[in-house]
Amino acid sequence: MSKALNMKFFSLALVFFASISFATANTSSDSSDGEKDLKTEINEYIQHHLQDSYDFSLYSYTNSEHEHVYIGFPLPVILWDNGLQVFSSSKLHHGDAIAEVNGNYYALIHGKIYKGEAGVSIDQMKEALEHDHHAYHKIMNDFSITKSVVMMLLTGLLMFWLFSSLAKSYAKNKGIPTGFARIFEPIVLYIRDDIAEPNIGPNYKKYMSYLLTIFFFVWFLNLFGLTPLGVNVTGNIAVTFGLALLTFLITNLTGNKNYWGHIFWMPGVPVPMKILLAPIELLGVIIKPFALMIRLWANMSAGHIVLMSIIGLMFIFHSWLGSSLSFLLSFVLAILELLVAALQAYIFTMLSALYFGFANEEAHH
Amino acid sequence: MEKLIEEFSFGLFIWQTVIFVGLVLLLKKFAWKPILDAVNEREEGIKGALEAADEARKELQNLNADNEKLIKEARAEREVMIKEARELKEKMIADAKGQAKAEADKLVAQAQETIESEKKAAVADIKKQVAELSIAIAEKVIKEELSNSSKQDQLVSDLVKDIEIN
Amino acid sequence: MEIPTIVGAGLIVIGAGLGIGKIGGSAMEAIARQPEAAGKIQTAMLIAAALIEGIGFAALFAA
Repeated sequence: MSKALNMKFFSLALVFFASISFATANTSSDSSDGEKDLKTEINEYIQHHLQDSYDFSLYSYTNSEHEHVYIGFPLPVILWDNGLQVFSSSKLHHGDAIAEVNGNYYALIHGKIYKGEAGVSIDQMKEALEHDHHAYHKIMNDFSITKSVVMMLLTGLLMFWLFSSLAKSYAKNKGIPTGFARIFEPIVLYIRDDIAEPNIGPNYKKYMSYLLTIFFFVWFLNLFGLTPLGVNVTGNIAVTFGLALLTFLITNLTGNKNYWGHIFWMPGVPVPMKILLAPIELLGVIIKPFALMIRLWANMSAGHIVLMSIIGLMFIFHSWLGSSLSFLLSFVLAILELLVAALQAYIFTMLSALYFGFANEEAHH
Repeated sequence: MEKLIEEFSFGLFIWQTVIFVGLVLLLKKFAWKPILDAVNEREEGIKGALEAADEARKELQNLNADNEKLIKEARAEREVMIKEARELKEKMIADAKGQAKAEADKLVAQAQETIESEKKAAVADIKKQVAELSIAIAEKVIKEELSNSSKQDQLVSDLVKDIEIN
Repeated sequence: MEIPTIVGAGLIVIGAGLGIGKIGGSAMEAIARQPEAAGKIQTAMLIAAALIEGIGFAALFAA
């Protein structure tokens, strides 16, 4: 399965970069330093890929008239700015023009929507922002259905379909796994027997739904990140922040007396130490989910950056040997990323379970 | 760090939280609970079956032990019975032997007695016959002796001679 | 002379790499010594490595 996935990934990655090289073939004609242009273009492409976007673009290229052509479909933009503003992301023109909606002006600059003014072009806005970051204000109440939101919705639907049909198949086959269940049941059992139960203890049952959902959600999104869809959901800090926040809330809301006792009044140490340890422990409460958030985000982002850079190298090397070597390297890295996708989902689930275990530990002194 | 905060999208965070919490709740109701229940039920079933098998095996073992005990008991009983029978037999034989001996002794004694009495009778008979014969012979001899007067005289004289001593 | 932050990042990566390497090596030794406890050792190894990694990331983003 992974091989087929990789091959698909690579064939589509090649399509991506074939379009880039085509684009650079155009730009390099009017630029003296073609090499540098290609590098910046790849860099920009990677940066762009890592960010969320307002439309579901599959790929883009520059046509012979030096216009960017985007292949994909627009998504709804939902803003709370003087009332609810809903419009299609096609109005933003991928940051090439200002969108006018109900007398408000919105510009897409560096992947964020800024509120513009009448009669000011997007290039003027960009220039003003270069000099002063606060020249125009960013729309904070932005609830757009972005590419990441679409991917999360799709993953949610996929998971719901997959696991509810799995549950039904159990009812139909009198508890004997068939088909998909044969693949997913061992994972479910692994999470129950090797992650939840040993780390949380006898109270593990109430956390099972959360742990199972978070494992599959993160894993599937990580895997989708490796597909040619070009999404990077788990490499988005807002997403990992949301996940880590839930772990933080569940840990602290279900924490028992012993858990809080260990934080504010560490048993078994002298009183000065107790006072000294309390702020450290309290900091630990925040640091644990923080590390959870950063770890997943950094791993996925780093994986994407490295993988795309190595793929990009193929086009920078103008030699037969260098390009094929970087192709080989990117192939190996893609396989490593498949492992990382599962490993990060596992670690997130595992550490969540561990924190729930701390919250549920009974006093044993 | 600033770049991260700059990049943070509040809307995406809200959407992700809403979608994820919704997914947890939906999956809990429609997937995880039924799946875990089914798996649990199956495991309980397997556990129950294993326990039942274990119990059955234990019972069988008990039964076997019982059987063995019974067989042992039966064997012991048989042995006792055989022993008793043997003893009885021996006793009977001994008794029979004793009885037979006594009977035989008795018979022998009787026979001896009979023989003795027969012998006595026979002896008596013989004595009688000898006496009779002797008498007859004596009669004949006497008759012969006393057939003439001379001889009679001689006898009388002899007898008289004997009396003289007295 | 100002030291560029990239040097700090490099130092962090070296430190975290050494730490995780040590954990990995020790876990291998432990597994070799007690193969029957491989599962538990692996779990503990991953947790420890993840915690170091977390601190490494935190420092990396502070740098």
